[in-house]
Amino acid sequence: MSAALEVTGLDVRFRLRGGRTVRAASEVDLTLARGRLLALVGESGCGKSVLTEALTGLLPGNAETRGRAVLHPGPDLLTAPEAVLRDEVRGRRIGLVGQSAGTFLTPTRTVGAQLREAVRHLGGTASVAELADRAGLPGAALELYPHELSGGTAQRAGLAGALAGDPDVLLADEPTAGLDRPLVEHTTDLLVALARSGVAVLLITHDLRAVQRLADEGPVDLAVMYASRIVETGPAAAVFARPWHPYTAGLVDALPGERFAPIPGHPPELTDLPSGCPFRPRCGRADCSDDPDLVAHGDRAVACAPAEAS
Amino acid sequence: MSLVGEGLVGGWRRGHAVVDGLTVRVEPGRVLGVAGPSGCGKSTLVRMLALLHDPWRGVVSVDGTAVPRTRYRAPAALRRRIGVVFQAPRAAADPRLTLEQVLTEPLRAGGERDRTVLAARAEELCDRVGLTRDLRSRRPHEVSDGQLQRACLARALAGGPDYLLCDEMTAMLDASTTAALVAVLGAEVGRGLGVLTVSHDEPLLAAWADEVLRPW
Repeated sequence: MSAALEVTGLDVRFRLRGGRTVRAASEVDLTLARGRLLALVGESGCGKSVLTEALTGLLPGNAETRGRAVLHPGPDLLTAPEAVLRDEVRGRRIGLVGQSAGTFLTPTRTVGAQLREAVRHLGGTASVAELADRAGLPGAALELYPHELSGGTAQRAGLAGALAGDPDVLLADEPTAGLDRPLVEHTTDLLVALARSGVAVLLITHDLRAVQRLADEGPVDLAVMYASRIVETGPAAAVFARPWHPYTAGLVDALPGERFAPIPGHPPELTDLPSGCPFRPRCGRADCSDDPDLVAHGDRAVACAPAEAS
Repeated sequence: MSLVGEGLVGGWRRGHAVVDGLTVRVEPGRVLGVAGPSGCGKSTLVRMLALLHDPWRGVVSVDGTAVPRTRYRAPAALRRRIGVVFQAPRAAADPRLTLEQVLTEPLRAGGERDRTVLAARAEELCDRVGLTRDLRSRRPHEVSDGQLQRACLARALAGGPDYLLCDEMTAMLDASTTAALVAVLGAEVGRGLGVLTVSHDEPLLAAWADEVLRPW
């Protein structure tokens, strides 16, 4: 297992008018390894999507970043000039699949024509038929126009496009939003298969159950994000079996198949994080006035002082 | 006493019925789940029951009163008794309004003009759905999906409906927010609200609904 992308100490802040600052990512450490899928979960608005924007140089102009995000081999994505990101990184080294990927297709041309163009432009080595096969896109869909595709097929067309430049890193930001359960499972299975074929995959999702399903079978790691920081990481099966952070435990408990009980309270505003541990106002376990660091124990890590002690 | 759709047939294109002969009964104090895959006609069913879309055949009746074919102009008094929460809160809330304006919109549409009454009702609704009061002056882009969906739920409850239709209300929300919204609705159902929830999420329906229909 080798690291394809290593993020260390990533901070992303947005300056707003009136002097307010949004801390969208704080001290984020993540490693995307070839052959593994990393699932990043957390509630909406906790800063998940900002990570993909930071890693592809697509942050809006009022964003400030700190830290490092190094592509192996390659540049630091946070400081690389736009020309490098455009000509060498986006599409060729890092593929991106967004939410409702179908809406990124040109409505007046067939899927196959658009994939051919993507392969030619990016200098990819795979044929369109191979791309369709890897993305689970039926061959017949290549002759169709985007409006003729169902939501799930459009999503697979987007995935095929993201693979056109033979990227070694794939960032999938909520690729299953709005799909029904069988299509969610199909899409996540495809991402695991891509990971198995050697791609480093980041799956950003709010759908904990989809990740739980993958945990037992695949090379899947889990990272849990809360209020702009990573609070727990580890092999997904181990984290689900025994969550260390009270927030992770609360998320698992909230699943309809488990206790179906919500975590009390609300997530904090990213403009107004509480002092001490960000989970402090909602934590039933302790009231920590110190801001915990993410500390590694074997292949897992947790940012919770009481959890470490036990 | 119930919201009933009997023998509903309808759709959007002539000759292509997406809801084909369906009978559902939403009863006070109960949660009826309707399950089915994407694109099977669940949302069309919700629109018919909400008196937003005329069925081609069949009848929707509210507490025994059959609603006449209205060509999209159902009597306001009947429509006010049925609340709807949609899947995507961002698409269902006017981005130019504050959350307080969003959730009091039905009251203002119903003729309420008194600002102190509206503010008091907004506070009460916020408390009921678990929305912190300081969020009332925010606009949709300044709150999270979960918070905005709470506001949309408060809006659906603002007119004091007897029936609530939830169209994939939690599909875009994380596990904890989903459980929290279901808990909010549990209290309302305890007070006699009749709920119909359509979803493709079987474990959610199993945990939430009193009865689940699988017509497709």
